[in-house]
Amino acid sequence: MSSLLELHGVTKVFGGGLFTKNRTVALEDLSLTLVTDTPSVTSIVGESGSGKTTLARLLLGMISPTEGHISYKGKDVAKMTRGERKEFRKEVQPIFQDPFEVFNPFYKVDHVLKVPIAKFKLASSEQEERSMIGEALEMVGLRPDETLGRYPHQLSGGQRQRIMVARALLLKPKVILADEPVSMVDASLRATILESIHRLNRELGISIMYITHDLTTAYQISDNILVLYRGSVAEVGEVGEVIKDPKHPYTQLLVGSIPHPDPHRRWGDGTVSVVQSGEKTVNGCKFADRCEAVMDVCWTDVPARHQIDKNRIASCHLYKESPVMLGTDLSQVFVAPRAVTTPS
Amino acid sequence: MMENVLEVKGLQVTYHTSGGTLKAVNDVSFTLNKEERLGLVGESGSGKTTLATALMRSVREPGKIDDGEILLDGKDLLQLSDEEMRHARSTEISMIPQGAMNSLNPVMRIQDQMIDTLRDHGVSKSKSEFRKWAEDLLVRVGLPSEVASMYPHELSGGMKQRVAIATGISLQPKVIIADEPTSALDVVVQREVMETLRQAQQDLGAAVVLIGHDMGLMAQFADRIGVMYAGKLVEIASVWDIFEKPQHPYTQLLIASLPSLEEKEVFKGIPGRTPSLLNPPTGCGFHPRCPQAIEQCSQLVPVLQELENRQMVSCHLYDKTPGYDDPTSSSGNEDMNVNGSSNAALQN
Repeated sequence: MSSLLELHGVTKVFGGGLFTKNRTVALEDLSLTLVTDTPSVTSIVGESGSGKTTLARLLLGMISPTEGHISYKGKDVAKMTRGERKEFRKEVQPIFQDPFEVFNPFYKVDHVLKVPIAKFKLASSEQEERSMIGEALEMVGLRPDETLGRYPHQLSGGQRQRIMVARALLLKPKVILADEPVSMVDASLRATILESIHRLNRELGISIMYITHDLTTAYQISDNILVLYRGSVAEVGEVGEVIKDPKHPYTQLLVGSIPHPDPHRRWGDGTVSVVQSGEKTVNGCKFADRCEAVMDVCWTDVPARHQIDKNRIASCHLYKESPVMLGTDLSQVFVAPRAVTTPS
Repeated sequence: MMENVLEVKGLQVTYHTSGGTLKAVNDVSFTLNKEERLGLVGESGSGKTTLATALMRSVREPGKIDDGEILLDGKDLLQLSDEEMRHARSTEISMIPQGAMNSLNPVMRIQDQMIDTLRDHGVSKSKSEFRKWAEDLLVRVGLPSEVASMYPHELSGGMKQRVAIATGISLQPKVIIADEPTSALDVVVQREVMETLRQAQQDLGAAVVLIGHDMGLMAQFADRIGVMYAGKLVEIASVWDIFEKPQHPYTQLLIASLPSLEEKEVFKGIPGRTPSLLNPPTGCGFHPRCPQAIEQCSQLVPVLQELENRQMVSCHLYDKTPGYDDPTSSSGNEDMNVNGSSNAALQN
């Protein structure tokens, strides 16, 4: 198996120069490998401050890790030559949260599709350019004649977001990083956009990193899931198993807070907890102050990453009976994607 | 029969823009029972936020409430003087606006901002009484009383949203309107905030109108749900009926499109896009996207009619439902039908 995108012990710390104590560890010791032969969809979930967006920015090469390194096709992203970096920029594509902000209102939507073609010299003639754009739009379920020639304000949020997917697609990327791609889109259109992203993986073999706080959509489209809590890995595993049988108390809290669209499955009559402000664990488990199963050891010792079974890791003292995972690469517990579903 | 606290009749809000006039809220009628939690759902641009601001009578230019009645305990809010309405806000009907947590003044302590509302309504107390009052309110929404003397930047998003709820309930209104009170909050915090709101509502015996597009939240919170589409209320029914036997084709597709934890990799989006309200489709606003559209859908505007179980739906598929016979509304409804279609014909 050849690796495509690899993280080796990546840690990102913001602030905290020589003389200030104000350090924020945004992401701590993350090792992960995306392989070429089995492109899969990996969800990264967590609440705000969990390090999701830091991870996305690291993967896109927008910031560099404080410790560890990220490599793409075996080359360190921080030490790439110009040519290699250009290839990296082409093959690792982002889709951002807000489909309203990425468009320049003065240009027609065609612009956002033509720029990458020109930048990477993908087409040799205008005709080729047109057919490439047409194909990409069809792939995400948009009709070119209804989409091109319009201004951003004339399209709905869902259409705009699908154009962003089409734009990423033009560059024939190997990896797509989708950071909350549907959180600003109406419910009725979410399914359509998620479907487009899912098809990119299943039909075109593009690896997807899906960054979200929404466990339901993570379950819908991904194969594996990684749960982050304040920069640390809480739980990793196959998405169905993690959501149906969460092991880490934080994952349990997340799953228990899902607002199921079903009045038969209402939230339990949980008491309204008093939010504690600013009280953070210095040593020990970062989740200790919110954990219902907290033990003495949690305040003093950082939990190891325990491998509970073949496809599951949880960083929690509750599982101290399970062996500590071997090595650091979390993707060792990932499952390969299920058989390719036939497109409808 | 349950007693209602709010009754909205034929409410119409129009925006007069340079591109033409658009009916953001088009002939909307519903009732809200005492202590009921009503959810109003719709896509962006369906008119739900406009409806919320209209209920507070705070629609801004170029918007205007053209027609209708908003009866709060039988008193029409639209007939009140500006001064009377100003007094009614917060004491009778209050709003927790969208992004309320960002509306806090960054250079004022939380208690001073809360007390402002009280002072504005002519309540005078000593400084220590005011402080005690603010602290009590904060405790009621699950915050420590020390929050009273803090500044907004010291609080998390969820805490600020609870402050907004505390302010919203401070004058014990009969109706609380909450416009997407948890958008931009994490799932865990979202649950806490929604439970806080429910607790406050129950303590107060107030009714709540929850505006939003998250069907999951609606299922968790609401007793009854109204579905808006293109400025119209297309269906209104109990939360159970909406999820188990939705009647309007739009509601049916909306419910079917929701991702679940039972089925994986099944995507059912609703094809098409929301219509422009500047140039709305003739007849039923949903007919261009409706898989079940029949001939009259493009010609006649459907009216809200009551099926069994008090489920109300506005769709031609249910016209002349056997057993449906409501002499009180039929004549009025037919009038509206004719008006609606002739208006539509003129526009084209």
